[in-house]
Amino acid sequence: MSTPYLEFLHAELAPALMDGLWTSVLVIVPSAALGAAIGILAGVLRVYGHPALRRVVNGYVSLFRGTPLVVQVFFWYFALPYIRFGDFSIVLDPIGAAVLSFGLCSGAYQSEYIRGGLLSIKRGQIRAALALGMTTRQAVLSIVLPQAFRRALPGCGNEIIYLIKYSSLASIITVNELTGTATTIAKNTWRNIEVFCTVGVYYLVLVSVAAWLLRRAEDALSVPGFERPSN
Amino acid sequence: MADSRTSVSSPAPILEARKLFKTLGGNRVLDAVSFVLPRGQVKVLIGPSGAGKSTLLQCLNFLIPPDSGQILLDGHEISGGNKKELCALRQQVGMIFQDFNLFDHLSALDNVRVALVKVKGMGKLEATERAVAELKRVGLADKCTLYPANLSGGQKQRVAIARALAMDPKVMLLDEPTSALDPELIGEVLAVIRDLAQGGMTMILATHQISFSASLADEFIFMERGSIVEQGSPAELLGRGSGSRTQAFCAKISELTGEAPDAGGTGECRV
Repeated sequence: MSTPYLEFLHAELAPALMDGLWTSVLVIVPSAALGAAIGILAGVLRVYGHPALRRVVNGYVSLFRGTPLVVQVFFWYFALPYIRFGDFSIVLDPIGAAVLSFGLCSGAYQSEYIRGGLLSIKRGQIRAALALGMTTRQAVLSIVLPQAFRRALPGCGNEIIYLIKYSSLASIITVNELTGTATTIAKNTWRNIEVFCTVGVYYLVLVSVAAWLLRRAEDALSVPGFERPSN
Repeated sequence: MADSRTSVSSPAPILEARKLFKTLGGNRVLDAVSFVLPRGQVKVLIGPSGAGKSTLLQCLNFLIPPDSGQILLDGHEISGGNKKELCALRQQVGMIFQDFNLFDHLSALDNVRVALVKVKGMGKLEATERAVAELKRVGLADKCTLYPANLSGGQKQRVAIARALAMDPKVMLLDEPTSALDPELIGEVLAVIRDLAQGGMTMILATHQISFSASLADEFIFMERGSIVEQGSPAELLGRGSGSRTQAFCAKISELTGEAPDAGGTGECRV
C-alpha cells in the first residue's frame, strides 16, 4: 500500500521537516535569548532590587511559574487582541506570540537559577568591591554577577534544553514548526509511527547540539575555582 | 590609663572618629568610640573577640554605617547618606579583610586592575602598569596571571594589599590580616605590612600579633565590649608591672599559645 520508509523520508518527510526545523529554530533562538535576558535582569532585581521592585518581580515569577504554559500561549495569541486601550490593541502573529510566551516563561525559571547563583556568592566579595569605592551597581555587575552566572550556567542550560522541547507547543497556535509540520503529515499519510519517531529524532539532535554548545560556553567561561565539574 | 602622646604636637589628623555608636541585633557593639589618627601614625586595635574591633573598622568606611557619631577624613565630615561622597571616602581608605575577599573570578592582575578601571577611570594600559607595579611591591610580580584558587593564603592577602594600595589610599584599615593564615604564611604578610608602616603609611591594624605590632605601633588601643578601655604607647601598656588590662590580655594570649611572657626580657609580651 505505501512506499518504503526511506523513500517516504527522502521524498516527503525530510523536506517538510526541514522547513519545520527552521521555523522551530526561529522560535527557539529568540525565546532563549529573551528568556536569558529577562532571567538575568529579574534574578538581579530579586536579590539586589528595591524592596517594592522585588515584590513586583517575585509576582511575575509566581504568575509565570504557576500557570500552565499552554494557558499562557493561548492568552498571548487569543486573548491579548481583545484587551483594548482606547482604539489601540496588540495583535501578535503566531511566531511572535510563541516567542513572547516562551521568553516570559523561560525568564521566570532562569531568574530562579540566577538568584541561586547570586546568593551563593559570599557577601565579602561585594564588601571588598564597595571598600574599593565601587558603587553597588558596579559591584553587582562586574564582581558578583560574573561569578553568579558561572555558577548558574548549568541550570540555565538545562532550562534552554526544556525550552527546545516546549517550543513544540507553538504548534497549537498554528505555527508550522517541527511538531506542527509532523502532525499535518501524519494526518495526511496515516504514517503516525514513522512520522512521530522521526520528529523525535530531530528534537534529539537539536537538544544534543544545544547541549554541546552549552558545554563549549561553560568551558569558555571556566577559570580556576569556577571549573565545569568533569563527569 | 593616661595617654602621654596627646600632649606632643602631632601632625594634622587624617582620620577622626567622634563618639561612634552602633547597635547590632540588640547588642551595643560600639559605645562612644572616639579617636584621632594623625598622618603617618600606626594604631593597633587589640582586645578579645567580640570587642567591636572589626565593627569599628567597617564603620570607618561605612561598610557598616554607624548609628550615630561623626567620621572626619582630612577634617571633612563624611555623611553616610551621600553615595558619591561615600565612594570618594572609600577610595581614600584602603581596607584589608581577614578572609582576603579577592575577586574569585579574576586573576591577580585583574583583581588589582578592576577598580583602577571602573572606579578611577584609568585607561587599560595605565591600569595594567600600575597593577603590575603594585604586585611587584608585594613580591608577586610572577603571579600576575594566577587566579585566587591557585594562590596560597599569604599570597592572596598580599594581592589584597596590592589591590588596596593601587587606589593610593591615605589610610589603611587592616582587619586581622593574618588571622586566617597558616602559621608558616603569616611572616610574608607581616613583612609587607612592616614595609608599609616604615614607608610612612597611616594605618589602623586590628591584630592578635602583639609582639609584631608592638614593634610598629605608635599607639595601642585596647577595646572591650564596644568601648576603648585603654590607649597608649606599646611600651607603656605592655611594660612589666604596668598593671594594664592590655598587659593582662596579652599575657593570657601568650599563655594559651604556650609561650612564656616577657621572653627576651624586653618587658613586652611575646606571642
